[in-house]
Order: sequence, then C-alpha cells, then structure tokens
Amino acid sequence: MVPTIYYILLSAALFTMGVLGVLIRRNAIVVFMSVELMLNAANLALVAFARQRLTVEGQVIVFFVITVAAAEVAVGLAVLVAIFRSKRTADVDEVSTLKG
Amino acid sequence: MDLILFIITSVIALFGAGAMLITRNAVHSALFLLLNFGAIAVLFLLLQSPFLFTIQLTVYAGAIMVLFLFVVMLLGAERVEDMPDRLAWSRPLAMALGLALLAVAGVVALRTPPVAVPDSAQAAGFGEPAELGALLFTRYLLPFEITGVILLVAVIGVVVLNQRGMKR
Repeated sequence: MVPTIYYILLSAALFTMGVLGVLIRRNAIVVFMSVELMLNAANLALVAFARQRLTVEGQVIVFFVITVAAAEVAVGLAVLVAIFRSKRTADVDEVSTLKG
Repeated sequence: MDLILFIITSVIALFGAGAMLITRNAVHSALFLLLNFGAIAVLFLLLQSPFLFTIQLTVYAGAIMVLFLFVVMLLGAERVEDMPDRLAWSRPLAMALGLALLAVAGVVALRTPPVAVPDSAQAAGFGEPAELGALLFTRYLLPFEITGVILLVAVIGVVVLNQRGMKR
C-alpha cells in the first residue's frame, strides 16, 4: 500500500501548479482551469485521508466538492462569455474597470 | 505493484498540470488538463473509491472539460496572451511565492508522524458505492438536498447571464 504522505505531497505539488496558473496566466479561461486543478488536488488529499482512516465521509465530501465545482464552472463560464461580449477580450489584465 | 502504478500515474498527472501551465494555446491547456483529470481518476481507483473514479471521469473529464473547450472555441480565445505582458515583474514574483507555498506545504506534510495505512485485506469492502450512497441518503441528506438547490441556482444564473435582447 502506498503511504498517505506520497499522495499528500503529490496533492501539494498539483495545488502549487494551480496557484502558479492563477498567478501567471492571463487568459481568463486558463485561470479558471487552474482553479479546477486546485480543487482536484484538494480532492486527492481528501480521498487519501479517507483511505488511511477507512472512513467514507472523506469520499462524501469529495462528492459534494465535485457537484459544487460543476455548478461553479457553469456560472463562471457564463460570466466569462458575458464579459467577452461587452469587452471583446478574455485577457484578465484588460478587464480592470474596477481598478481604483 | 501499487507503488509502481502510483509513480507512473503521478508522473502523468504532474506532466499534465505542468504542460497546461506552459502551453500558450488555451485548447492545448484544456487537453492537458483532461490528461491530468484522467490520471487523478486512476489515483482515486488506487485509493479504493470506484464511485469517485466514475464521477471524476463523467463530470470532470466529460462534462466540465467539454464546457471549457466549447467556450474556448466559441469565444476564439485560444491565443489571447500573444501580446507582451504589461506586468513583467509579476511572473518571477509568482514563481517565488509558488515555491514558498510548496515549501511550506511540504514541511507541514513531512512534519506529521507517519501513520500506517490499512492494507487491502483490512480495507476489504471499503468505499463500495452502496456504502457511499447509504451515507448520502441518511446522515448527509440535508447537504445532498442543498447541492440540488445549488445546481438549480446555477442553471437559473446561467440562463439569466446569457439572455439577449431583454430590455432592462
């Protein structure tokens, strides 16, 4: 059996890559994909802990996370399409109307 | 055997995530993310959660990625990053912050004392879809209902955000 720590380290690495994607990339859709990557990394850690402790609750939480992520993607992409329709761009640097 | 499978799958997952970060084309990013999701689904299977394996493949790799690809191609937003970055200092700063986050997470993970993982004989029958379903419809019934409401709100929100031709 693979030790849980390996899964946790992999999850940390994937989460960091998601954070880097949010910080570096300027394409709003790729930023969104990076958020999904972070959610997946957290899910992986949850399932690994559930396997270690033999409790199904961890898997139930992952089920809820996936459901909410699906709803979030649908709404988020609708917002992106609306922004694109008014601004003609998907570059997050161009959408800075609220900047003080 | 498990360890070999884990190493192969995690290398694929890390490659998918890294390639998603690096490629300039958003369609390629989406396809590499699909590879990463598939690898994570296999890791779920290694962790004895066949139900989440199915959900990961149908919801994430199926529905969500199709939505992403559809929007990328609908907007023609494959290559919005061809212009030079106006905030050139942000990239090294982001790299440094990301490395710091990885270091902190690694230190915290390695500081916890190792706990023995129950082997597959002890874990026989763990993570059966029936077990998960029974829990969903008894103890976690209220959260389950709330996710239904969340999905309904998402549907209404998408329709409202994307309607055209309505006078406000």
